[in-house]
Amino acid sequence: MMRPVNSVIIKIVDDSPSIKTFFFDTSFDSSTAGQFVMVWVRGVDEIPMTLSYNNAITVQKVGDATSRLFELVEGDSVGIRGPFGKGFTLPEKDNRILVVAGGVGAAPLAPLVEYAKDLGAKVTTVLGARNAYELVFKNRFFAVGTLHITTDDGSEGRKGFVTDALNELDVLGYDRIYTCGPEVMMVKVFDILQDAGALDRAEFSLHRYFKCGIGVCGACCMDTSGIRVCKDGPVFNGMQLVGSEFGKYKRSASGQRVEV
Amino acid sequence: MVTITGLDLKNPTILAAGIMGTTGASLVRVAKEGAGAVVTKSIGPSPEEGHPNPSMLQLECGFLNAMGLPNPSYVDFTKEIEIAKKEAYVPVIASIFGGNADEFVKIVQGLSPAKPDAFELNLSCPHAEGYGAMIGSDPIIVKEITSEVCNNTDVPVWVKLTPNVTDIVLIGEAAASGGADAVVAINTVRAMAIDIASGYPILGNGFGGLSGPAIKPIAIKCVYELYDKLDIPVIGVGGISTWQDAVEMIMAGASAVQVGSAVFEGLDVFSSISSGIDSFLTEIGYDGVEDIIGLAHEMV
Repeated sequence: MMRPVNSVIIKIVDDSPSIKTFFFDTSFDSSTAGQFVMVWVRGVDEIPMTLSYNNAITVQKVGDATSRLFELVEGDSVGIRGPFGKGFTLPEKDNRILVVAGGVGAAPLAPLVEYAKDLGAKVTTVLGARNAYELVFKNRFFAVGTLHITTDDGSEGRKGFVTDALNELDVLGYDRIYTCGPEVMMVKVFDILQDAGALDRAEFSLHRYFKCGIGVCGACCMDTSGIRVCKDGPVFNGMQLVGSEFGKYKRSASGQRVEV
Repeated sequence: MVTITGLDLKNPTILAAGIMGTTGASLVRVAKEGAGAVVTKSIGPSPEEGHPNPSMLQLECGFLNAMGLPNPSYVDFTKEIEIAKKEAYVPVIASIFGGNADEFVKIVQGLSPAKPDAFELNLSCPHAEGYGAMIGSDPIIVKEITSEVCNNTDVPVWVKLTPNVTDIVLIGEAAASGGADAVVAINTVRAMAIDIASGYPILGNGFGGLSGPAIKPIAIKCVYELYDKLDIPVIGVGGISTWQDAVEMIMAGASAVQVGSAVFEGLDVFSSISSGIDSFLTEIGYDGVEDIIGLAHEMV
């Protein structure tokens, strides 16, 4: 049975002017980094969110549900179902891993690098954002290994995009590569890794409109193989995305194709 | 191999409407997983986003959903049917909905160039204002819509029935007299769940339709009654997740079965049901599915 679990907000952290982390009294200790939960903002909508801690989600204000969520205070509650979907393939002890995070896409990657560090893996992170304020979880990435920062406006780190930093790294020197961020960013990462012959060691955390969230309705199926982002993903190996709609188009709530 | 309304199916399992049917690619995937035919998401006259989430949840006894007929409109969906027709290698049935006979006919005419193998008329969605069961509970409207659609297409017309009526046979007879080639029974049973921590109904729409194990006995009885009274094939749907469920439904009178929410457990449900039916028939010594269609009627 999987009814929403009433989850009380115990702490809210402002990560940036438009991004907040909500901590709950419900903890998903069996979850794998990259899995998501369905967060029901009662009376408004239910939205998929990846876990940024076992008991927290990190949210950017983008629509009705997130706007309502931003009005909630400690002591308020939401309903949460999950965890759902397939998370990242966890690294092994002696692995060297590379993480490429853009904006709020850092959310599922922060718990992954902390897991990797605890295990003894060597972590390198490329963290990018529009400006210094939007660098989500900078300290969490800094604490576990090497950190390269890029900002679009140059307000912190290197002026430019994550791909500028990525281009200067020897991607074949890493056992596993993980990325999450805006799709326009991820597809550029995809192209770089494909050219370098490193796609098979790379995983991408994708976003699509979810309706049922449990792999039944088909609203989040991607062309051309019909993979379900909510159930077969949201994390996919780079090879699964070759020749797919990734980076080209997605489907709206009605199922109409819209450009990424 | 089974033949229903002139369509040859490699096995009697069919993907139910509203499940994995939003894109051509997902229909192809389900066909490759072993479905004998696939039914699309219900397609309407204009793009709709459907109800707000939560739109589906697992309960103790099945699944509750209220999607709200989200669809890209028949105009945009034509290319998805073309993809499915080209690559699925099984019959592709277009599920369609409208608010009246004219809308149904418009969609039939719009989708026909993509050459769906049949149309399934959604006169049974339990939670869409002005559509589905709202009009599918009235035998006069059911007959009129069925008849208008049949006059405007050469392919078989299936009518999917709602169980949320006093007598499903009356609606089935209306469809048959309108010229339907088959009826499909049943759509979901109207239902609701409430979050006790807050008092809110959980579904975004407030209420929805129940599917899964809880409704199988309801579906069995509906199919049994329809088989008894109608001269056209009955396609059974509701709570089927194993080959035993399918055999039971066929013995009630179904010529084939549709599988919906059971894909939650895995897309291999189609191949496991069809191979289970084959083994069962062989073991007992039947020649084929047709030997057991409606078998229960001979025992009472």
